[in-house]
Amino acid sequence: MWKWLHPYANAEFTYQFCGKSLRWFALLTLLCLPAGLIWALMFAPADYQQGDAFRIFYIHVPSASLSMGIYAAIAIAGLCSLVWQLKLADAFGAAMAPVGALFTAMALITGAFWGKPMWGTWWVWDARLTSELILLFLYLGIMALHSAFEDKAQGGKAAAILSVVGVINLPIIKFSVDWWNTLHQGSTVTNMGKPNMSIDMLWPFLLSFLGFFFLVAVLVIIRYRTELLARNSMRPWVREIVLNSQK
Amino acid sequence: MQFESFSAFLAMGGYGFYVWWSFGLCFALTGILYWDSKVRHRKTVEAIRSKILREQKLKKVAQQQNQI
Repeated sequence: MWKWLHPYANAEFTYQFCGKSLRWFALLTLLCLPAGLIWALMFAPADYQQGDAFRIFYIHVPSASLSMGIYAAIAIAGLCSLVWQLKLADAFGAAMAPVGALFTAMALITGAFWGKPMWGTWWVWDARLTSELILLFLYLGIMALHSAFEDKAQGGKAAAILSVVGVINLPIIKFSVDWWNTLHQGSTVTNMGKPNMSIDMLWPFLLSFLGFFFLVAVLVIIRYRTELLARNSMRPWVREIVLNSQK
Repeated sequence: MQFESFSAFLAMGGYGFYVWWSFGLCFALTGILYWDSKVRHRKTVEAIRSKILREQKLKKVAQQQNQI
């Protein structure tokens, strides 16, 4: 049933395909992200309680959300690597981890800068903040394991195991605001599918979210192609690419 | 436009420090990762290329040795 997918599990095809799709993702990023953030900074209304500090929301929520989504993707790739020995999945996990770490750091940093004026503190050890910090440590752990071994396959296996084991953190982050009495507020955007936000805030939020999503794609594709080359350096297709790229 | 003047825009209703530092740090960190990704790609290509060229050179030397 999945035979049509098999040609795509080929490193050379993936490398070329990602190379071609990169410019489209880059274009989409440049269309959506600056527009979304400028809309958020200049045209979206200020919050009636939080004033203009609320504009931090337009980076904070997309990056937090994507930090979890990226981790889920790494965990799935880790599973594919462990169960089906797919080497592409190892490369993919290695490529995504730094991007995920960046987005987690952005969520924590924007959260701190938002928390200081609103809650009066840069940090508090509540459930959501702590579990997001643990997510950052998981990302750093995955990155460390990938680079700790001379043999990339061994590093990939260790990192895949960590990524799968750490997946438990994702529901903890997501439901922390419901399960515990936390300082971090509950869900702002979604409420049974119908957003709580006013429409003139929802649009810049969605545009920013889309922009950040495409940014993830750009960063991951660049790193994924690097990983593919590094992990297949002895193959003839790599030799051809490398010798032909005279820069 | 939500702000009457550029200085009002920078002030962000009194929250300017928090808004601009958070946006600025995120922009800087993203830029660093983007730059690192591109540099790493270029360095990987160069490393593989020099490995191949060195291999070819060694092979050529070995062939010459055999001929002698």
